Amino acid sequence: MGKQKLRRSSQRLIKPEQQPSYGKGDLSARLRNGKERGDITEKITTQKTHQDKCHSADDQAEASEHDLLEQALQYFGKVEGHVQLKGNDTLLKHLNTVERVGTQRGLPPEGIDILLSLALSGKFVDTVNSRLLKCLIPSSVVLEDTVVKAVSWFCVGQCTASTQVLFIRWLITMFDLIDRKEKLHALYGCFFCFLQDERLCPYICHFLYLLTKKESVKPFRVRKLLDLQIRVGKQPHLQGLLLLYKVYCPELVSLALPTRVKTFFKNSESLWKAQMMTVRRKNLGSPSVGLQVDFGIKQVPLQSKKRKWNSLMNLPISSSTVSIVSQKVVSSLYLHQDEAFPVEQLQTFTQLVQNIHRLEFPAQMGSVLQSPLLLHYINCIKDDSVFLRLNYWMAQVLHEECAWYTGNQHNEMEVRAFLDTIANAQQFLQEGFSNCEEFLYKSIPHWNGCYRSQILQLLSWIPLTAFSEMEQLLYEPLGQIFFTSSLYFKCSVIESLKKMLQNWLSWHAFYADQVSIQDSPMNTTLSGLVNTVSDLINFVGRISTIALHITSSSLLLHFILDFYEIVCDMYVKYAMPLVVLPPAGVFYPALLSMESVNLNHLCYIMYRYRKNLVAAKENEWTKKCKLRLNISSKTFQEYNQYVLAMVGCLWTSQAFQKDSHPQGIFMDAKVLMRTGVENYRNSFNIVHHPALMGHAVLFLQQGFGEEKTLNLGLIKGKLWNWYVEYLYKRGMHGLKVFIESSIRRISSSAQSHSSLSESCPSVAQK
Amino acid sequence: MSGASNVKRRKTVVRVSGESSSRRQMIHEDRLDTPTAAATTTRRNVTFITQHGITSARRNTPFRQVPSKRKIPPNTPILEEHSEVSFLLRKQWTLYSVTPLYKFSYTKFKDYSKLLSAYITAEKQKGLAVEVGIDLNVKVTFSSLSELKGNENDQRAVFIQITSRPEFSTPNNEETVLWTGWLCCTFGDTEILSCLLKEFTCLPLFLVNGREILTAMVGTWFQKTFDCCFSRLVINARDLTWMAAMWTGCKLENHMAATEFLFSVPSSPYNLDISYAIHPEDARALWESIHKSQDEVTEEEVNLFMNCLYSHFFRHFKIYLSATRLVKVSTAVASAHCDGKVTLLSKENVIRVLALLTELATNQIQY
Repeated sequence: MGKQKLRRSSQRLIKPEQQPSYGKGDLSARLRNGKERGDITEKITTQKTHQDKCHSADDQAEASEHDLLEQALQYFGKVEGHVQLKGNDTLLKHLNTVERVGTQRGLPPEGIDILLSLALSGKFVDTVNSRLLKCLIPSSVVLEDTVVKAVSWFCVGQCTASTQVLFIRWLITMFDLIDRKEKLHALYGCFFCFLQDERLCPYICHFLYLLTKKESVKPFRVRKLLDLQIRVGKQPHLQGLLLLYKVYCPELVSLALPTRVKTFFKNSESLWKAQMMTVRRKNLGSPSVGLQVDFGIKQVPLQSKKRKWNSLMNLPISSSTVSIVSQKVVSSLYLHQDEAFPVEQLQTFTQLVQNIHRLEFPAQMGSVLQSPLLLHYINCIKDDSVFLRLNYWMAQVLHEECAWYTGNQHNEMEVRAFLDTIANAQQFLQEGFSNCEEFLYKSIPHWNGCYRSQILQLLSWIPLTAFSEMEQLLYEPLGQIFFTSSLYFKCSVIESLKKMLQNWLSWHAFYADQVSIQDSPMNTTLSGLVNTVSDLINFVGRISTIALHITSSSLLLHFILDFYEIVCDMYVKYAMPLVVLPPAGVFYPALLSMESVNLNHLCYIMYRYRKNLVAAKENEWTKKCKLRLNISSKTFQEYNQYVLAMVGCLWTSQAFQKDSHPQGIFMDAKVLMRTGVENYRNSFNIVHHPALMGHAVLFLQQGFGEEKTLNLGLIKGKLWNWYVEYLYKRGMHGLKVFIESSIRRISSSAQSHSSLSESCPSVAQK
Repeated sequence: MSGASNVKRRKTVVRVSGESSSRRQMIHEDRLDTPTAAATTTRRNVTFITQHGITSARRNTPFRQVPSKRKIPPNTPILEEHSEVSFLLRKQWTLYSVTPLYKFSYTKFKDYSKLLSAYITAEKQKGLAVEVGIDLNVKVTFSSLSELKGNENDQRAVFIQITSRPEFSTPNNEETVLWTGWLCCTFGDTEILSCLLKEFTCLPLFLVNGREILTAMVGTWFQKTFDCCFSRLVINARDLTWMAAMWTGCKLENHMAATEFLFSVPSSPYNLDISYAIHPEDARALWESIHKSQDEVTEEEVNLFMNCLYSHFFRHFKIYLSATRLVKVSTAVASAHCDGKVTLLSKENVIRVLALLTELATNQIQY
């Protein structure tokens, strides 16, 4: 067989102009190659001829190498009987060729076929065999028949024991490159017999570990392994193989491992690893890392310190359920049994997708929290018992281990880690667990601020329900702890409430119509849900107002405005029929704030409110919404008041004059005169506003240079317009959209006080 | 209180550690105010709709709510011949509460036995695998008892016994019992039982007698196989007083043992233990005079009962027992320790005792 192939390949070599089958390098590489061989002596005139020459040079070089390889393989194919190494130059030459090609480019399947059988047939001395085996790197695949043939040579036993060991190690390393494995599975028993050999045993165990499938696990094999274990002791390789057997068939074998999990099998790949990387890089380009990120279920090393057995902080490790089959029906169910894919073997996402129809749940549902793959899986399953199991377990753990009010001692780090795990799982699934919510309702009234970031994270995942006791259980205690806490804590609370609102709105946008259809025992109606949302927003408004009274902190204001950024877009973005304006205690501090960030944010928010109100008004008349809009004329009125105050401050230089809001900043002219401030009207427009004054100064410096004393009053007329453009360029996007939407300029070069603000006419609710 | 005057005066025996007993007269006085337990709050029953089904949530506050009254369950007499039930008596049982078991089947006891024995043997010899199904030195037996059911809703109790055969022995040798445990549910909460899905088995009470290490192994195996959680059931002083009151009222034909209370007072250098024993007839009479209705016991009755006992003690020793910690209660029916250890003494009243313990276990589980 080998000779025919050689003849065919030698015919191929007759045509030298053929393009080489190996990859094309760039011109400089060709040149270098050419120079090395001294083939190119002429000067290059045209690229084409040069390239031709280069190709031919390369071709020749590779052809010569190929030629050499073919010769070597031809030689090896014809070897008969026992061959000496000493003084055998032909053998050495061919051996070197094969080694060179194998370690650099990999050998073709036919070559591997010949050489492998040769190495195991005992025709050469041991050194030659080991050299052969060490260079047997496949360029593409290893054919199954090759391996079968090699195994038959192996069983004959004409080679030495060290060669046998090397062969098995080679098999382990090349296992993934064998193209088909059906025949190998059929030979399982044959490999199994070799376990008796002491030298081979560890490697055979490793190989069987790779080869074993569920149907390979038979009771007699289990018994043999156990006998072996009794004879030789607790060898790690036997433990590894038995563990795999236990994974597939826990009803046949039971195994408990000592505390520290060591590696089971020695590394057999080391001999070939470097060369394989080289070969792969050459043949396939740079090895694609691929999406083989290991999401798998990690074998968590068991904790070394002693714990109570029922300490619920031992997060369970995924393990398969024991499928208990009564002995009588073994035969019929056996066929179905190998359908199930054991959950310990789940390592990558592709595995999950391929086996999703036959993946079984882990025995302890709590283990899904640590595995993103399993979380994906339970997300797809609509089985109540899955969630009930998870609920029971999680509720117990939260009550026993994490609750600070029970008076038990807890390990803080572990509790934190556990709460983080739950939060991550909820984040992954994008929904909350009900027992977690219960835990929060029970514990927040007694919260002393411990595990702050974890509890706040969990808080943001409370689901949206029309639960009327939320006020008492959540808002009151949260408010109490809010007012007496540090600034950072306040900001964290506002942020977590913002996330909670976001989650609610997202849920509402997707699932609200389903809720109304279902027969809900809680009489959850859409209006109930809307009420819950508005309660939350009112609560945040209240606490923000008071907090801003206590501390006039810009950081806090920033977080509060973040919250209102979500609120302002509720109607347009999330289809929640609600528009709630910020209270005056939030609006005015933002309007008069000292940072341009907050002012900009406020402008953006007011712009979005306008959009929402306009959309709400239109929808009311045009579409027949099934959601009753909760917008009253008071909202419109208030909005108008806010906008008038804002425009009066920022644009028309009529601060303190134009405000009709009951809690606004309107002040009598006499009072203002007594303050002694000149030009109080201008004091909050976009030039003189404390937040924007810095921009004005920079603007003037840009225009007039550094030396001149700057008069901010210079900014009017054309300069005003330029200044406005300058502000837009400086990132005041919110200001931009607000001005463009709320202020109608009479002419482009108009003075500052000649604009009209457009306000939404108030619409009476039906 | 009106019935107090009808009681004849009896002799009571009071013992304080180290002191000799003396005969005292029992006078009912109710001057003392015992501090009441944690404030009772209303129980809220809320049903959730999650995306994935309905889970029934019980809104207890973290400080467990004390019921204002409890029903006395009807006592079903246990037949004499059943040896296993008499096996339950006069042993100290440690209590655990268990969340519902998933896919537990009453028909697969043989398989469970095999798996559990293999598991225990494998745990004992870490690293050496054990074949499931062969004859091992450690044998586990699963069985079920239906006599411990309170009503039709309850599941049958499951009885687990670990026995061992010594290494070199003839087959006729007696097997020594190493460990016994049983799961039961007597007069379980009907609400919870009705909401439970059919894959789940609700056996909230787990009683254990034997070495801790075997308990750990069995518990771990259960947790891994049926996805449940075990937690120690501790009995607080309040529940101990309920037990004292309710068990004193049980009728017993023969053998009356003294009703005994054990109080613990933290003091240096040693804890002071006060043991207060009352003649059963006296205790019974006191209870009869307080207890009104046939099938219910209210909190006031229990409080009154205890107050009477405390005030009597105070009268003689000037010690406020209500300020100490009640640690143990023993009656003729059963004895209970606050660490969660119970001894059953009377066969006729096993159901009553188990009903109360089941209720305590159910309360500890967060459904």
